[in-house]
Amino acid sequence: MIPHLWNDLEGTFFPESALDYMPESRLREVQLQRLKAVITLSYEKVELFRERMHAKGLKPADVHTLADVSKLPFMVKTDLRDTYPYGLFAVPMSEVVRLHASSGTTGKPIVVGYTAQDMEVWKQVIMRTLYAAGYSRGDIVQNMYGYGLFTGGLGLHGGLEGIGATVIPISGGNSERQIMVMKDFGVTAICGTPSYFIHLIETAQKMGIDFKRDLKVKRGVFGAEPWTDEMRQYIESASGVKAFDIYGLSEIIGPGVGAECECQDGLHIFEDHFLAEIVDTKTLAPVPDGTEGELVITTLSKQAMPVIRYRTRDITAFETRPCSCGRTCRRIKRISRRSDDMFIIRGVNVFPSQIEVALLKTEASLPHYQIILTRKSGLDQMEVRVEITGEMLSDNVGAMEQLQKRFGKSIEQITGLHALVTLAQPGSIPRSEGKAKRLIDQRNEPN
Amino acid sequence: MKIRQISIFLENQPGRLSTLCQTLANAGVNLSTLMLSEAGEFGLLRIVTPEAEKARAVVEKAGYAVTEGDVLAIQIPDKPGGLASVLTVLDWHTVSVEYMYAFACRTGRAIMIIRFNDLDRAIDVLQKAGINVFKAVDLFNG
Repeated sequence: MIPHLWNDLEGTFFPESALDYMPESRLREVQLQRLKAVITLSYEKVELFRERMHAKGLKPADVHTLADVSKLPFMVKTDLRDTYPYGLFAVPMSEVVRLHASSGTTGKPIVVGYTAQDMEVWKQVIMRTLYAAGYSRGDIVQNMYGYGLFTGGLGLHGGLEGIGATVIPISGGNSERQIMVMKDFGVTAICGTPSYFIHLIETAQKMGIDFKRDLKVKRGVFGAEPWTDEMRQYIESASGVKAFDIYGLSEIIGPGVGAECECQDGLHIFEDHFLAEIVDTKTLAPVPDGTEGELVITTLSKQAMPVIRYRTRDITAFETRPCSCGRTCRRIKRISRRSDDMFIIRGVNVFPSQIEVALLKTEASLPHYQIILTRKSGLDQMEVRVEITGEMLSDNVGAMEQLQKRFGKSIEQITGLHALVTLAQPGSIPRSEGKAKRLIDQRNEPN
Repeated sequence: MKIRQISIFLENQPGRLSTLCQTLANAGVNLSTLMLSEAGEFGLLRIVTPEAEKARAVVEKAGYAVTEGDVLAIQIPDKPGGLASVLTVLDWHTVSVEYMYAFACRTGRAIMIIRFNDLDRAIDVLQKAGINVFKAVDLFNG
């Protein structure tokens, strides 16, 4: 049998996905071997890493077991800024076939590079992601992630082509056209950010299009921003689209670090390429499996820009039970918050995801929202701006005030904090790359 | 009898009302009457226009949150106690007014746009009492 024709066979097994089922002992061997290689490479080629190893009195030869990774220095986002643009690259530029960059909201962006082999790995992990979510050749897939410097669009694109799906590289924006294409092109699956898709569900309603009756979309891979189980329930019940979570970050490879399988019960990390640790956010020591902490990732096969112990700021925990899908690669719980998203107001820790849950408890669909923190006479104030949709609007001023009060009450029940809720006009909260900026902290700005 | 009224959500911010009016103006929508109710940091603009369909499409396309409902246009005797007499009739039949505002017309008749809790009962009561409830076609052509 010719390997590249396997995809044409009936059934749900795909050769790329075989690695998801590697016996655990074999998987750990592969990880250790690759870890040693990537540490040696970084030590030789990346000055920042070499200096940090020296500062700790470490040499690559000091890593004997996977557990030894915890001795190694961490990397953080500012390291990428400080070495802008190419300071962390481990290969000559002639080997780099692709550059991506993150949208820097302040100052310079961060730049990441890929060799031809890195591109192949990226494609493979996306293919494994898509197979795990039930995508296959024959699917017509509308890719609504932004194309361009952002890793989302082109990242998914490579894997979609890899599995032989029909890709519609539509990128984000122009919601009515998105719905039109979905309908007219017979789209069966989609990729994009969950908040944008929720917006599309509402757009379709306005256009008089019933997702379940008029469209053929059956599954969606959603990521690039933290989202909650409540959002998944809403997406699935309102649109009939089975919603799978995908995890990744540009600093590591882009989307494709981990993904949900058909069980939708945590994200499998593609452990043959990424070594995951979970550490205590304060002590940075590894936490026992099942305990929440910050996810730290080491790339095991990246050539252009290997990253050792990158602090993702994403809060999660390892799932301790084996997954019923049979995959052996470990799972993390879905990430619904980031340690740097957390804010402290009047001594209380609050995550934007809590506000999201509060809003969803009040309204069936998640409205666009923004949290604005200000300080008045030394006291922190939390304002939550909520965009009104046509469905929420009532001609009765009293009913609108009631809605406002219900939002406030729900937020207070969940966070224990009083929030000033303001109702905002649709579209008045700025969006970028389909991601909404959830938190504006103006507490240290002069009034 | 029923007149379509479009309600638009507006934030209470400088320029929001003028931007909306400009949107309607650019589309050539003529407003017959309107009322702005404000509640702290937001407001509802209610408009009555002969081109309700178009007005709604235009403002929705411009991204506003919009809803609509029916109101009645009622002729009020133009003399002291005129409005009081109409309201008394409604009160006897326990029909409640949610809000009302004036309608400007060329003939100089006094016309109020009224939103009722029970529109059909209001029509019934008003007609039986001989109070003039305008049809849309007469209202906009009058």
